[in-house]
Amino acid sequence: MSDLTKLTLKSALEGLETKAFSAVELTQVHIEAVESAKALNAYVLETPDKALAMAQASDARRARGQAGALDGAPLGIKDLFCTEGVRSTACSKILGNFQPTYESSVTANLWRDGAVMLGKLNMDEFAMGSSNETSAFGPVINPWRASGETTALTPGGSSGGSAAAVAAQLCLGATATDTGGSIRQPAALTGTVGIKPTYGRCSRWGVVAFASSLDQAGPIARTVEDAALLLTSMAGHDARDSTSLDVAVPDFASFVGKSVKGMRVGIPKEYRVEGMPAEIEQLWEQGVAWLKEAGCEIVEVSLPHTKYALPAYYIVAPAEASSNLARYDGMRYGLRVDGANLTETYEQTRAAGFGEEVKRRILIGTYVLSAGYYDAYYLKAQKVRRRIADDFDQAFEKVDALLTPTAPSAAFPLGENADDPVAMYLNDIFTVTVNLAGLPGMSVPAGVDAKGLPLGLQLIGRALDEGSLFSLGGVIEQAAGFTARPDRWW
Amino acid sequence: MTENTKLIQGRTGPWELVLGLEVHAQVASNAKLFSGAAVGFGAGPNAQVSLVDAAMPGMLPVINRRCVEQAVRTGLGLKAQINLKSTFDRKNYFYPDLPQGYQISQFKEPIVGEGEVLVELDDGETITVRIERLHLEQDAGKSLHDQDPDSTYVDLNRSGTALMEIVSRPDMRSAPEAAAYVKKLRTILVYLGTCDGDMEKGNLRADVNVSVCRPGAYEKFRATGDFSHLGTRCEIKNVNSYRFIQQAIEYEARRQIEILEDGGKIDQETRLFDPGKGETRSMRSKEEAHDYRYFPDPDLLPLVLDEAWVKAIEDSLPELPDPKKARLQSQYGLSAYDAGVLVGDQARADFFEAAAKGRDAKLVANWVTNDLAARLTAASLDIEDSPISAGEIADLVKLIEDGVISSKIAKDVFERMWAGGGAPAEIVEKQGLMQVSDTGELEAIIDGLIAGNPAQAESVKEKPQAIGWFVGQVMKATGGKANPGTVNQLLKAKLGL
Repeated sequence: MSDLTKLTLKSALEGLETKAFSAVELTQVHIEAVESAKALNAYVLETPDKALAMAQASDARRARGQAGALDGAPLGIKDLFCTEGVRSTACSKILGNFQPTYESSVTANLWRDGAVMLGKLNMDEFAMGSSNETSAFGPVINPWRASGETTALTPGGSSGGSAAAVAAQLCLGATATDTGGSIRQPAALTGTVGIKPTYGRCSRWGVVAFASSLDQAGPIARTVEDAALLLTSMAGHDARDSTSLDVAVPDFASFVGKSVKGMRVGIPKEYRVEGMPAEIEQLWEQGVAWLKEAGCEIVEVSLPHTKYALPAYYIVAPAEASSNLARYDGMRYGLRVDGANLTETYEQTRAAGFGEEVKRRILIGTYVLSAGYYDAYYLKAQKVRRRIADDFDQAFEKVDALLTPTAPSAAFPLGENADDPVAMYLNDIFTVTVNLAGLPGMSVPAGVDAKGLPLGLQLIGRALDEGSLFSLGGVIEQAAGFTARPDRWW
Repeated sequence: MTENTKLIQGRTGPWELVLGLEVHAQVASNAKLFSGAAVGFGAGPNAQVSLVDAAMPGMLPVINRRCVEQAVRTGLGLKAQINLKSTFDRKNYFYPDLPQGYQISQFKEPIVGEGEVLVELDDGETITVRIERLHLEQDAGKSLHDQDPDSTYVDLNRSGTALMEIVSRPDMRSAPEAAAYVKKLRTILVYLGTCDGDMEKGNLRADVNVSVCRPGAYEKFRATGDFSHLGTRCEIKNVNSYRFIQQAIEYEARRQIEILEDGGKIDQETRLFDPGKGETRSMRSKEEAHDYRYFPDPDLLPLVLDEAWVKAIEDSLPELPDPKKARLQSQYGLSAYDAGVLVGDQARADFFEAAAKGRDAKLVANWVTNDLAARLTAASLDIEDSPISAGEIADLVKLIEDGVISSKIAKDVFERMWAGGGAPAEIVEKQGLMQVSDTGELEAIIDGLIAGNPAQAESVKEKPQAIGWFVGQVMKATGGKANPGTVNQLLKAKLGL
């Protein structure tokens, strides 16, 4: 039965529908897979009892003919999502054993459609990181290894647990979040598909906030179609999130396999950065060729403010984070380290509870918002943000979507950038622009490098036009014929 | 130019006060500004706290339409600019009764802009206090320091409750002016139904900015708008009664003048008023002032109002104190003073109008603002709970108008009404208090008096004002029930005046 973990979400749902296997059987093999993959450290909390109970309920629903769109599908949930009665920590010590009394809107949507929760997935602390090394539970190990090597590689971050679990077949799909590339970069580094939808597509209610104006939930899956199925369930208007968009959610899967003939795809010249590995350059060229073959018109476009995106992002995101994380003060929930007085209690609690990267960003954010610096940093970054959005608006007058690499490199060894935050931040160079402009972006696995490590291409679309990304992504997926899976070593 | 009576004499010469107020008024609403939690007084600690108010992870604010409507209504009542687009900012600071670690407020773009309030002073003068802005913000919870010797307890019931902060220009020049401004503002809010105005519960409280300057400086400031003409100000936080506002200002003015006259400098700082000691003390200096790191709240979109919606609110405004006062004067011929007293409380004005229908309005106003008001105050009753109804006051006045009872007797009837004696006509009937207007009966009494007091009768001819003695005697003889008009008429005729 262990073959069941190899199924795509789509084929698993078909198998459940035809009664080839039950949700309990499907869930059981995934529970076993998770148990035997502790070496990857992808899950920070396994919920097998809950999973089996949910699977039983799913089988019963299906027997009654009341199965939902995802009924019986075992999924992993990033620990940033609050799950009712299940420890939710954002992989930070400061939340201790926090058990929410509420369920995030996105996960509630998945359960509404019948999905099964296998457990909570590892991530960078408060989603701050690009390698999963800032997690209070330790790093996730990428199931991929360079051929002939045993060096532990990063799965990327912050949704490293989600990406690794999907790649290693420890779930059929996973929830993730993306503030500056946290869905797309790990997807690229693990040979999975990840989409960050338009800002406002998925409710942020019940998702631990990192940078409110950039945070967006999305799925990581093994195929473009699976990602479409998951996003269709996760998305939707939510009156409890003032930034949630009150628009209908299309059946995203219906876009997969649609002809892209006549679609205009832009190649932003500013994304040809210095020092980019030749293999990534070549993959990009290859992507262009595939889309041409499928009938797309390829147009060179310019996004002139791209070079300011990363600095602007590393001002806006920490500024919002410094305020969003103020609530972790040891007063109402989570960790508390008592001091001699109130100030000491605050200081000791936050000193013990937050990791180094989170502290760094709180400090940066506090600094850029402080009197005398606000105009020079925060305000200027907001102006840059407007320019970046304008760049995209102008490009989308000429093209329907953009094609770029997802990340500047394949998976790198854990520890490589540990002492160099700027080198780490550079991982987000191709992805942050999309968050700053609130646009949808998708990473699709498109090939492997010389060491056999996966590489991804990124598609960027107009606001609310995820459909085109699913169509184009499907074309790349098929043309690339990317079927490689990490060899099991764990 | 009139003489400046607001000068404060110091050792080195006269000083003037400059006052600006920030009034925090709790929005009358059943739910909080950004959460669905209930708002109310007297609930158990932390009984009215939602996940949002407690700042649980992943919780988000959603603006309460009712609170926005109340802010707009208030802005319209203050004849202020309504900003169709406003934004919310975060004011960041740490305190246990501030669960989010920031207060959501409106810093850059408030919902209401410039307006004005006309303030009548006791001496009859009216001043205009300009309103700079009104913005919506969340209240914090409450820290309870007196529950345990070693711990502070936090009650979050108030956390997230909607406040309107109403910021005035520095247009008040004396402690009574500041108190009168707050009183007037409170009256307007209560009329509008946007704040219950309960100062004891802290639902209306003021931060008072106090500075002193030499005569002439303020006029320069008003001419140029340049604050450097004014003295350095201190802000006295959270003063919640008219009396405390005046005491705090008076103390603070003396404190500042003493420092300046001793050659010192005023530090810009935040101060607290201690009602027990009647003094203000430093809370934090400018150097210790928080850097609130204001920035737009990314969880909330700009608040955009529909012009038609604002218009609909405007059309639903009640008659406000100023126009009501003018109407009472013109419609009922009341004095400015009586009209002012009546409109000071909406219910009192309503009571008056209900009683004045078809009656002598001035007489009704006198009964409402004097006898009834005094009785109500003594019994700590609101006019809504008056044991005497507006209709009964009208009936009482009608008895006077019809000459059934004299004004003097009416006082007696009123006391019986207050004591639960029933309708005025019944009381008069039962107690035999009807005025004696029967000329025959009165003539007999007068004839007897003139016959029995010839010397007096003679002297009246020389000194007509001595007629009062005869009037008094007639009243005495009739137990006060004689109609004074009739008595006068008859006396004049009989005494040959």
